[in-house]
Amino acid sequence: MQSVRQRDYDDIPGTYVFDGERCWKGFSLNMFCKSLDVAANRDAFRRDPDAYLSGFDLSAEQRSAVTQRNWLEMLRLGGNIYYTFKLAIFDGLTMQHLGAAMSANPTSVDEFRSMMISGGRPISGNRSVKEQCNG
Amino acid sequence: MARVVGGIGTSHVPSIGAAIDLGKVGDPYWRPLFDGVQPARKWIEDVKPDVVIVVYNDHASRFALDMTPTFAIGVGEQFASHDEGYGPRPVPVCHGDPAFAWHLVESLVLKDEFDLAMVSEMTVDHGLTVPLSLMFGKPEAWPCKIIPLCVNVIQYPQPTALRCLRLGQALRRAIDSYGPEIKVAIFGTGGMSHQLQGERAGLINAEYDKMWLDRMESDPDSLSRIGHTELLREAGSEGLEIIMWLIMRGALDSAVRRVHRFYHVPASNTAYGLLVLENA
Repeated sequence: MQSVRQRDYDDIPGTYVFDGERCWKGFSLNMFCKSLDVAANRDAFRRDPDAYLSGFDLSAEQRSAVTQRNWLEMLRLGGNIYYTFKLAIFDGLTMQHLGAAMSANPTSVDEFRSMMISGGRPISGNRSVKEQCNG
Repeated sequence: MARVVGGIGTSHVPSIGAAIDLGKVGDPYWRPLFDGVQPARKWIEDVKPDVVIVVYNDHASRFALDMTPTFAIGVGEQFASHDEGYGPRPVPVCHGDPAFAWHLVESLVLKDEFDLAMVSEMTVDHGLTVPLSLMFGKPEAWPCKIIPLCVNVIQYPQPTALRCLRLGQALRRAIDSYGPEIKVAIFGTGGMSHQLQGERAGLINAEYDKMWLDRMESDPDSLSRIGHTELLREAGSEGLEIIMWLIMRGALDSAVRRVHRFYHVPASNTAYGLLVLENA
């Protein structure tokens, strides 16, 4: 994998484009999350999280991010939001919970919901890292 | 001969499905959205398609990282609702149309060189079932046959917008060459602007969405030249789904008549867009 290769989407702030490198890096993490769409697997994970996680080839960092429910760290370690959201569903969380947890601002679910009702996070100032720095 | 009666572009936000399933459509949060959808429901009730081809994406449900088909078509007899983690949505099973689906595949592969994956057994997730619920409500059975046309929009590299428009054009040729007298509608689903992941979660770009809604009608060719980086940046990382609307648009004539257009923010973390088009 050409991990050093520059991509033109690298300068989009707060965005982890799920390309081949992330697919490869996050494969086991995502497939663990995917397994939770089977009710029997959810039961097994609920009964004994450690034993269940041991059935997947997660790195120590990935396992720690899962245990701590560090949603942003999961993305950094190759997680894809549609997969990690299955873990959030398991926890009874909504996408607003995750949105608040992954973004530095706003931080609470209620604030995040209010932001959405007010029209969402504005594009202005959020197009690129450069624009963010200038903004 | 088979005939295209029109196309619908609609977002497929899962919480819309939950609102319908849980009877919350009259709540203050949801009411404006469901009011805005009514004219589309009226339209489809009037045109009564025999078959709806639903262009959608699978969200780590039937397909996962072990295999990602760029384009896949459901050729089976039925498609059940997938358990996305809450238990399957309580919606009717989709009945397919294997004879028509296999005709589409033969035309697409042999005449237009679109080499789709052919899937006999597939469950379908909110990407397909939410648009059906939006258009048909909560019937005992869906009022038409359903052919799922699944597009990879999750794993980079996704197909280009141009490839999607061309697939729609090829799909139209395939529909037009089918003998039986059936009425066919095409749903293009997903979008509009939204970003679920990362520090930029919650992004909405209403101006960009409105440009897409305008040009879907008048100038889809210009939309088909937009690259992925622009979409990721402007519509959000998950907003790139909007390329699937171009498959629907490609299956319509160049000149279309707008039946209905509606836009609403928010539906959960997403901008909801709706467009109903007929051939002019």
